[in-house]
Amino acid sequence: MSAEALLAWARGPAFEVALVIFIAGMLLRLFEILSLGYKTDLSEARGSGVQGGLRTLFSRSLPRPSILAKEPLRIINSFVMHIGLLAMIFLFGPHVAVFESLLGFGWPNLPSGVIDALSAMTLITLVVALMLRLNNPVLRFLSTPGDYWAWLVTLLPVLTGYLAYNHLLLPYTLMLALHILSVELLLISAPFSKLTHMFSFALSRWYQGYKAGHRGIES
Amino acid sequence: MSGASIEKGIEFIKEQIDASTASYFSSCVHCGLCAEACLFFNQTQDPRYIPINKVEPMRRIWEQEYTLWGRLKSALGLTQPVSEQDFADWEELVYDGCSLCGRCSLVCPVGNDISGMIRKIREGFAAAGHAPEGLIGATTRAIEIGSPMGVRLPAVKAQIGHVEDSIDLEIPLDKAGAEYMVLLSSMEIMNFPEYMEAVARIMHQAGKSWTISSKAFEATNSGIQIGVSDLARELVQRVVDAAEELGVKTVISPECGHAYTAIRWEGPNLIGRSYKFKVRHILEVLDEFRSQGLLKTQGLEEARLTYHDPCQIARKGGIVEHPRRLLDMVAKNFVEMPDAGAMNWCCSGGGGVSANERAEGLKLTAFKQKKAQLDAVKVDTLVTACANCRITLEEGLEHYEMDLPVVGLTEMIAEHLVDTSPETPAKENAQ
Ligand code: SF4
Ligand code: SF4
Repeated sequence: MSAEALLAWARGPAFEVALVIFIAGMLLRLFEILSLGYKTDLSEARGSGVQGGLRTLFSRSLPRPSILAKEPLRIINSFVMHIGLLAMIFLFGPHVAVFESLLGFGWPNLPSGVIDALSAMTLITLVVALMLRLNNPVLRFLSTPGDYWAWLVTLLPVLTGYLAYNHLLLPYTLMLALHILSVELLLISAPFSKLTHMFSFALSRWYQGYKAGHRGIES
Repeated sequence: MSGASIEKGIEFIKEQIDASTASYFSSCVHCGLCAEACLFFNQTQDPRYIPINKVEPMRRIWEQEYTLWGRLKSALGLTQPVSEQDFADWEELVYDGCSLCGRCSLVCPVGNDISGMIRKIREGFAAAGHAPEGLIGATTRAIEIGSPMGVRLPAVKAQIGHVEDSIDLEIPLDKAGAEYMVLLSSMEIMNFPEYMEAVARIMHQAGKSWTISSKAFEATNSGIQIGVSDLARELVQRVVDAAEELGVKTVISPECGHAYTAIRWEGPNLIGRSYKFKVRHILEVLDEFRSQGLLKTQGLEEARLTYHDPCQIARKGGIVEHPRRLLDMVAKNFVEMPDAGAMNWCCSGGGGVSANERAEGLKLTAFKQKKAQLDAVKVDTLVTACANCRITLEEGLEHYEMDLPVVGLTEMIAEHLVDTSPETPAKENAQ
């Protein structure tokens, strides 16, 4: 198969299949969670559960100062990684174009040079994340093959995207095809790995925030 | 606790899994930050004490039973069913190595309520017969005798008699229609009768009617700590029946943290209905009296003192500012510990750890976290508002040869009461 044909396949049928698996898989995961139900709290409320849920949804994006002071590298690294990933996915011109073709609307993007720098930075944070996972006793203890798999399928799109944009290693067309294929691998893996947290984090933060809000406590 | 079996344990764990638990397990990214929040991990550096690891058997049951992916893996023989050995291995982590302090739940970036899950997994461990002796004993005594420490009504009456003699005030028993029904913890009845005395004097000064119930004087709920909802429900029901029978408006939880969690937050959910009365912690009541001008104090403590926030009262109960406002009334040299308030470190004896003799050594190791906090402020007095914290702190301080008196906040307030009766209110607050 020529690079062009591979690219066409990756962009066409393969992308559609991956997208369907991603969406259906995530919906299934969310259904699995929500269908278990959550009992209303009968205790006399001191505050608002809804407000607490909404607050926690956002507030947990920022670390607790005392924990940040203890583990600055681990936290800042992951913070920068998430910002880099989100910026690359949602603010790179060609990606916005893909979203526009799927959703029917687009949004402003960042200059390619900025995205390029962000991806280099994100690559570094991913390498640091792996080093930490391999070396920190807590992380090593908690790590499962799934964690390394999730790391790999996150790394590949960033790496191939970076190489394609900078015309490194392989011819552009082939690299671009590999980039798209790696994104598809990520999409297919996400519902069946800890990458589910890209959506479920909102539920978990909500549930805890709701309970805290109801009790009128910090969360 | 009869008919315990692994099957029953797994069944009980399954019953506990709801949408919130499923979202927590789905969201965990194995970042390990919960470990940094936990005193048991920090002081042992043993990875087994990583909070999220303490509920690993529950995660496996959730994955194998409630996810398509997990069922597929099970069908392919890629998963390990939870076994007798797992219960044996995790028992110590679930009970000895966690005080249900809830600190881990506050740092998890995806918002997992890990301590809530540990509370839940205990239901399964108790049902499987894997609960520590000390806690089983306390719970059995609570059900059979009415108190986890085996305190019976005559003992309470005797203490009431002593207190009445020493302060010359009546301690009303079973007074129908009183505004407040005061609950006590065994620890307070036996070790700290000063508490009862303080409440009597404060109620007298505030001009409030109150009572103690002979049917439900005990507030500690070891059913919650051991994780047996049936027993916890029975203990809550006793209080509810007594309070509704006497027609009180408000039930006051004592300075005991788990008692507060049990009666204030878990109780209505255990009995399946809301109460016909309010539940307030004694500090909430005192702070209300303060804001209404019903609490008049005089004189200030000279000692440099700090306040230990009991987890169940501050972090999990939202009573953080109340004690500080109260301390402001009576203390001149109040200093905060690092991490005070909602992020305070546990005394190391909560969640049934102090009632579990087997956990003694681990508890003292974990206490080093508290010691470090105290070393940082160099105070003369330590104030707190939980009888269980108080005993644990006293033991820990003694073990590490730290000469630091521990005082209950309610008593400290009572010591500074202006001597006045409600009929002839003092003209000026002497403060
Ligand atoms: S609740 Fe407290 S003691 Fe238990 S795991 Fe969490 S931080 Fe550790
Ligand atoms: S802090 Fe939360 S996400 Fe991180 S390992 Fe612990 S439970 Fe999992």
